[in-house]
Amino acid sequence: MLKNIRAFFDEQGVLEVETPLLSSSATTDPNLQSFSTRFSGKSLYLNTSPEYDMKRLLVAYGEAIFQICKAFRDEELGPNHQPEFTMLEWYRPGFDMFQLMDEVEQLVRLLVSEDSVSTQTMQRLTYAQAFRQYAGINPHTVTANECLQCASDNNIEQPVGLDDDVDEWLDWLLTQLVLPSMPSDTFTFIYDYPQSQCALARLRTDECGQQVAARFELFYGEREIANGFHELQDAKEQRHRFEVENASRVNKGLKPMSIDEKVLAALDHGLPDCSGVALGLDRLLMLLTNSQEIQQVLAFGMTSK
Amino acid sequence: MASYNTNEFKNGLNIMLDGDPCSITENILVKPGKGQAFNRIKAKNLKTGRTLERTFKTTESVEAADVEERDVEYLYNDGEYWHFMEPETFEQHAADSIAVGDAAKWLKGQEPCQMTLWNGAPLSITTPNFVELAVSQTDPGLKGDTAQGGSKPATLETGAEVKVPLFIDEGDVLKIDTRTGEYVSRA
Repeated sequence: MLKNIRAFFDEQGVLEVETPLLSSSATTDPNLQSFSTRFSGKSLYLNTSPEYDMKRLLVAYGEAIFQICKAFRDEELGPNHQPEFTMLEWYRPGFDMFQLMDEVEQLVRLLVSEDSVSTQTMQRLTYAQAFRQYAGINPHTVTANECLQCASDNNIEQPVGLDDDVDEWLDWLLTQLVLPSMPSDTFTFIYDYPQSQCALARLRTDECGQQVAARFELFYGEREIANGFHELQDAKEQRHRFEVENASRVNKGLKPMSIDEKVLAALDHGLPDCSGVALGLDRLLMLLTNSQEIQQVLAFGMTSK
Repeated sequence: MASYNTNEFKNGLNIMLDGDPCSITENILVKPGKGQAFNRIKAKNLKTGRTLERTFKTTESVEAADVEERDVEYLYNDGEYWHFMEPETFEQHAADSIAVGDAAKWLKGQEPCQMTLWNGAPLSITTPNFVELAVSQTDPGLKGDTAQGGSKPATLETGAEVKVPLFIDEGDVLKIDTRTGEYVSRA
């Protein structure tokens, strides 16, 4: 698999790069927890993804790059999660979200071509289409109360602590209702996420005039395989988002993280118009080997026992 | 009051759910990709033995159940309570019929048991897997029927009723599997 990935990018003229796993700042995303360690009394964090340093390289180099590296996320262990996992991340200057989805599809088709996995159809749905079709709600206008109603109509329990946050409700309904309704042996791209779930994606106006995030995720059945953005270039907006995330961390009782000033400085200098995507290689390997648990594709995976 | 965060959830952790002490038997992380994570757990209600399912938003916390296991020895029944003693400390515990439950029919005296305490009070008793008890009453078996492997009811010295092979007589000491309530062999 690794050999095929490298050959694919070599042919496309995408340069392989390496960035540090240890960083002096960590992600502010309230849903990601970083491992921390110390060097000479200074706090360092293991990266949850190589995104920020790769963007710094993009500013300096300006051409397409890819990386295969380890990423670390504390508190994530389950059938589809390991605290240490392997990520393929790449950036394409000049690509919009749709062109990058095309390339993800091309690469995935290549990697699974010799396997029984069905690749005939890779459907594409907007987030709104997926929710309208499988949950009967419009995710851009729905209220928490309507989400609760939708859950109870479909016999889905209300998790303890889930109350009036619409995005948390949408995440819950996505895992419990929308994704389970998809065919289990089919790839699905979901794109145009709600503005409130933009992360590091730029915003765009869709065909219906709705402001959405230029973000996509690839799922195989219910399992998430990749997440991509048409990258935000605006340093001021990015700083604002980091600050909002830190405020949300404090709300959830989590420690705010120090903002990565180096990536903001790079954005300020000028990030090329580009799209980027991160793809979980262990999860892709699960699919190639028809494994139900991520430990099955790892030599020495961590277990919860 | 002690509590556990969802990131401390693991099998065997004792928590309070719906006012009852429960022990986690399964803990699964549910996460759509980026975005909010949830912990879906299965837990056994330590009072009723029933399994229940519950989901928590991660970063939530839940009240801890003050549950502990003790090695005890059965002493006697005073008509209302079953009395047990910890052989190490000689500390005694009186358990009511709800806590003792089905264990009562296998207790004669001096059996080493496991006692689960909740807030210091007996919650349940686990008897040894095998006990040896004498037959106090059973009808005589008919000669010749043994080959067919037939069985008949017998009452043991503790009052428990078990099915035994036809060749068993009153006064025989039997080995019983307390988990199934079945006859194993003559002791």
